[in-house]
Amino acid sequence: MANDAVADDGAVNAPETAEGVDLGGRAQRAKPFDTPKGARRIGRYVLLAGVSFVVLFPIYTTLIAALKPGDKVLENPLIPDAFTLDVLADAWTEGRLGRYLFNSLVVAVLITSFQLVTSVLAAYAFAILEFPGKNILFLAFIATLLVPLEATLVVNFDTVDSLGWVNSYAGLAVPFLATAFGTFLLRQVFMTLPSDLRDAAAIDGVGHLGFLRYVALPLVRPTLGALALFSFLASWNQYLWPNLVINEADMNTVQSGLRLLSKSNLSEPNLVMAGTVIAAIPIAIVLLVFQRQLVRGLTAGAVKG
Amino acid sequence: MLAPSAIILGVFVLYPLGRAVWLGQQRCNNFGGNCQSQGFSQYVDVFQSTEFQNALVVTFKFAVITVPLGLVLGVGLAVLADKYLRGIGAFRAIFSSTVATSVAVASLMWLFLLQPSVGALANVGWFNAIFPSVKDPGWLQDPGTALTAVAMSSVWASLGFTFILVTAGLQGIPMDYYEAAAIDGAGGIRRFWSITLPMLGPTLLFVLIVLTTRAFQTYGEVDLLTDGGPQPQASTTTITYFVYGQNSPISGDTGLQATGAVLLFLILLLLSLLQLRGLGRRVHYGE
Repeated sequence: MANDAVADDGAVNAPETAEGVDLGGRAQRAKPFDTPKGARRIGRYVLLAGVSFVVLFPIYTTLIAALKPGDKVLENPLIPDAFTLDVLADAWTEGRLGRYLFNSLVVAVLITSFQLVTSVLAAYAFAILEFPGKNILFLAFIATLLVPLEATLVVNFDTVDSLGWVNSYAGLAVPFLATAFGTFLLRQVFMTLPSDLRDAAAIDGVGHLGFLRYVALPLVRPTLGALALFSFLASWNQYLWPNLVINEADMNTVQSGLRLLSKSNLSEPNLVMAGTVIAAIPIAIVLLVFQRQLVRGLTAGAVKG
Repeated sequence: MLAPSAIILGVFVLYPLGRAVWLGQQRCNNFGGNCQSQGFSQYVDVFQSTEFQNALVVTFKFAVITVPLGLVLGVGLAVLADKYLRGIGAFRAIFSSTVATSVAVASLMWLFLLQPSVGALANVGWFNAIFPSVKDPGWLQDPGTALTAVAMSSVWASLGFTFILVTAGLQGIPMDYYEAAAIDGAGGIRRFWSITLPMLGPTLLFVLIVLTTRAFQTYGEVDLLTDGGPQPQASTTTITYFVYGQNSPISGDTGLQATGAVLLFLILLLLSLLQLRGLGRRVHYGE
């Protein structure tokens, strides 16, 4: 029974379930009808290659600039006619990217792990428990989904400032340790648990924590994966908040650190591009590894983009 | 069990909104002191100010460029790659690749492409010959092209996201529909308009809402590419940049920033309601 429910734990706002999405292009939908032949086949490849070139163009120029010595960058910006790793090394030390990557990692891991725990607990409470004021609290949770981040940061800065958290991991992470979106997503799945099951467990003397751990949690594991990836990406990519709450160089995240690197080295584009490449690599790797979760997370999660 | 979430969301989402509404209606002197509550007239004043109206117009223009273009390109790429061909997985990976770029990464890539003196395109001879304006005055520096240039960076950055979502939508359409239509003699273009697009309805509505919301929340691109300029027209000062940007006329004034933040909230709320009501009815959700 519990296993059946996994299949339709559909995301709150997603129009399609992303279960069957296949970015790898395996043959699951392969039919003769779907396969262009002869000249059309070649035409399709030409088109695909042309469009790929356009899509990749900014990445291509960035890589070339990052891998050329400073005096050669502007000579032939589109042609890789010189090669060095020195600029990447410079960006790493001058731009202090190691430190910033570490900061970003700490903050993203803090936010992700706390969001998973807080939203599992809240989702369980909303789905399984009965308590006074449940409906009003639920409405309050819904209401937070309508409030864009940008509307709260002015006051959040004051709050964080008065707590003495400017320039600290706490300042970067604490405002984001809970998520109404994740709560809803998990609540949807918990709701599919038949109440008989909980009653039976209670008769057998299994408490709520035990029930959560052995029955409810295994049910949401795929959803948790998608939620974790989504939380991690969202916190890693935050731009506005770190810029507001960090003004000490050492505490920058990768994103605000890149801003610093760019604003202070306007005449050295190759240094900035090298920094950009270094900053982009970790997420590229994460996404390659977690492709499936990405698609699930995006279809479910983009509402809070 | 609810307490941790309730406390965080209360303190950092609901309280700041309420507090911003309160701060936003207080009028202070130029040094931020001697504040007095004056009803909601400050909201009206800020809304009617030239600077805010400009930011509103800029943001609308930005949305008008990025949203339809983002949708069309996303659908185009997804349909292009929705065929069974050897190596199609590689093309799909390429088309989704921009999803891995943060706003800072994507913006800096485009900054390098577009800068007039130390940028890539300005130093490519033949490109310069066709488009001299890329070097003088520079697309990000010319008030006539700056917003479009910033919009291109933004469209590019969200391509991967749109592509993945539309691809997911396409794979949800049963093949039988296409086969039946083909048997009835419907060509590729007819099948696209009569099957693909209607069946993509919910996906497209979803993408439309996300892209519009993002357009109104645009900050990083503007901060990195133009600092809200070129001045004095503030050609790329979006509403979010107006509230938070370093070069904004209200930079450093918490009261006015709160006013702006509340106005931004109201606009986004109105937009999502409009989109859901207006488009929700016309969308085909399947069986």
